[in-house]
Amino acid sequence: MSSIRLRAALAAASVLALAAGLTACGSDAATPAATASAPAGSSTASAAAPKATGALTVFAAASLKESFTELGKKFEAANPGAKVTFNFGGSSALAQSINSGAPADVFAAASPATMKTVTDAKGAESPKVFVRNTLAIAVPKGNPKHIAGLADLTGVKVALCAKEVPCGSAAVTALAAGSVNLTPVTLEQDVKGALTKVELGEVDASLVYKTDVKADAAKIDGVDFPEAAKAVNDYPIAALTKAPNASAAAAFVAYIQSAEATQVLTAAGFQTP
Amino acid sequence: MTLSGPLRKAAPSTGGAPAATRRRRSRRIPYPLLLPALLGLVFLVLPLVGLLVRAPWSSLPEQLTSPEVWQALRLSLICATSATVVSLVLGVPLAWLLARTEIPGRRVIRALVTLPLVLPPVVGGVALLLVLGRNGIVGRWLDSAFGITLPFTTAGVVVAEAFVAMPFLVISVEGALRAADPRYEEAAATLGASRLTAFRRVTLPLIAPGIGAGAVLAWSRALGEFGATITFAGNFPGRTQTMPLAVYLAMERDPEAAIALSLVLLAVSVAVLAGLRERWLSTT
Repeated sequence: MSSIRLRAALAAASVLALAAGLTACGSDAATPAATASAPAGSSTASAAAPKATGALTVFAAASLKESFTELGKKFEAANPGAKVTFNFGGSSALAQSINSGAPADVFAAASPATMKTVTDAKGAESPKVFVRNTLAIAVPKGNPKHIAGLADLTGVKVALCAKEVPCGSAAVTALAAGSVNLTPVTLEQDVKGALTKVELGEVDASLVYKTDVKADAAKIDGVDFPEAAKAVNDYPIAALTKAPNASAAAAFVAYIQSAEATQVLTAAGFQTP
Repeated sequence: MTLSGPLRKAAPSTGGAPAATRRRRSRRIPYPLLLPALLGLVFLVLPLVGLLVRAPWSSLPEQLTSPEVWQALRLSLICATSATVVSLVLGVPLAWLLARTEIPGRRVIRALVTLPLVLPPVVGGVALLLVLGRNGIVGRWLDSAFGITLPFTTAGVVVAEAFVAMPFLVISVEGALRAADPRYEEAAATLGASRLTAFRRVTLPLIAPGIGAGAVLAWSRALGEFGATITFAGNFPGRTQTMPLAVYLAMERDPEAAIALSLVLLAVSVAVLAGLRERWLSTT
């Protein structure tokens, strides 16, 4: 009998715990929104002397992974007390989760179109283009299929990005510019997915960003092609209106546009806008 | 409460007094259980209701008549069914091996068989790619000997789905085999049936409900498979883009299309449940 009582008590306790958890979640979700509006106004003033503190969450296009990881460390070094956490992924997926209320402070997209889905939803204001990127053909080391340009891609296994993500729409533009009619074997959700398939040797080539080729130079080779100039992607960055840490967000956006950051980005293969 | 033991034992008898007591007792709802039970129900049902509430009913006909939707649905159904067939052909004998024979290391084998149940499907996809991919241990040989490459093909989708779904079938069939009385098989053997005949004519009919339930479980798991598929088979409309992949990618571009696609999958799942519940999934 006592064990039954005990069980009942435990059940009741777990219900209470659950209820408490639920309300805690509720208040958690409410506070960032409440606090975000307050420092948002003052952030422009404090941006002049940007000493960011606290946790900062940056959602960034997959192609920015290497350079932003490095820049994040430099930013943390310059702003003791700041802790930058990155979420790299397909720009469209990131934009989607931001619009669904993901707690992020900064969004850096691989195309103005994906940034627009966030600004349209009033998730960000006045994004700034900070770099541009062009495509290159990624091939396994040594270029076993002797690919020299877009036209050589028709007879081999090619991975492209899905047209929903910026590298995919850029690929569509480039292929159209070269009048190359191509049936890929897979449409990946982000550029790193397309790159990995080359790295594993599962495909013979993929259209990725020049910066990805450069970042992965130890494992793959890159082939430049003239049509890439017709499919240049602008990368916009913006602090988000619902940023839980608005002042740090503004500081980070300012830092990404600084001379030091531009140097890192151009070294990674990005072009300045 | 101290009476609960003897009372429960007495309850199945149709006698007046104990039955009445049982009825009265069952009417008293234990609130500590009711509340979490209701919360659990709401938790499971609410997201589906949300899907229906947010459904773009006005543009739904337009969304659903697009050829991509039917292409993805057709591919999903074909692949899930093929994966179930593969699971049946390989899984039933495997379950028999686990339930009826005394092979050494049986517990280890069972643990290995159920591993894909616990393993995140994406990990399964990576593993499949490393083994069956063009440069994989087995895949390299498949490619050079037969010119077969599985990644990025519909067959690759079936492989990925079968990998994830088969354990469900094996577990279910093994349970049915353990519950089935082996003396029937022994009786068949004493009457001159070979082991295979006994399996075919006696054991299989005995465990048919278990096989059916396992097949339904495997099929539904295969239908919803995402991680292993996108990792191993990639994503291309009409070839490897099943419904879950289509939903995921649509979510990045057009949430309304994602909801419409999700509704189709929901309808298919409900139809399957409704159609099979009475036959296979009724409790005991």
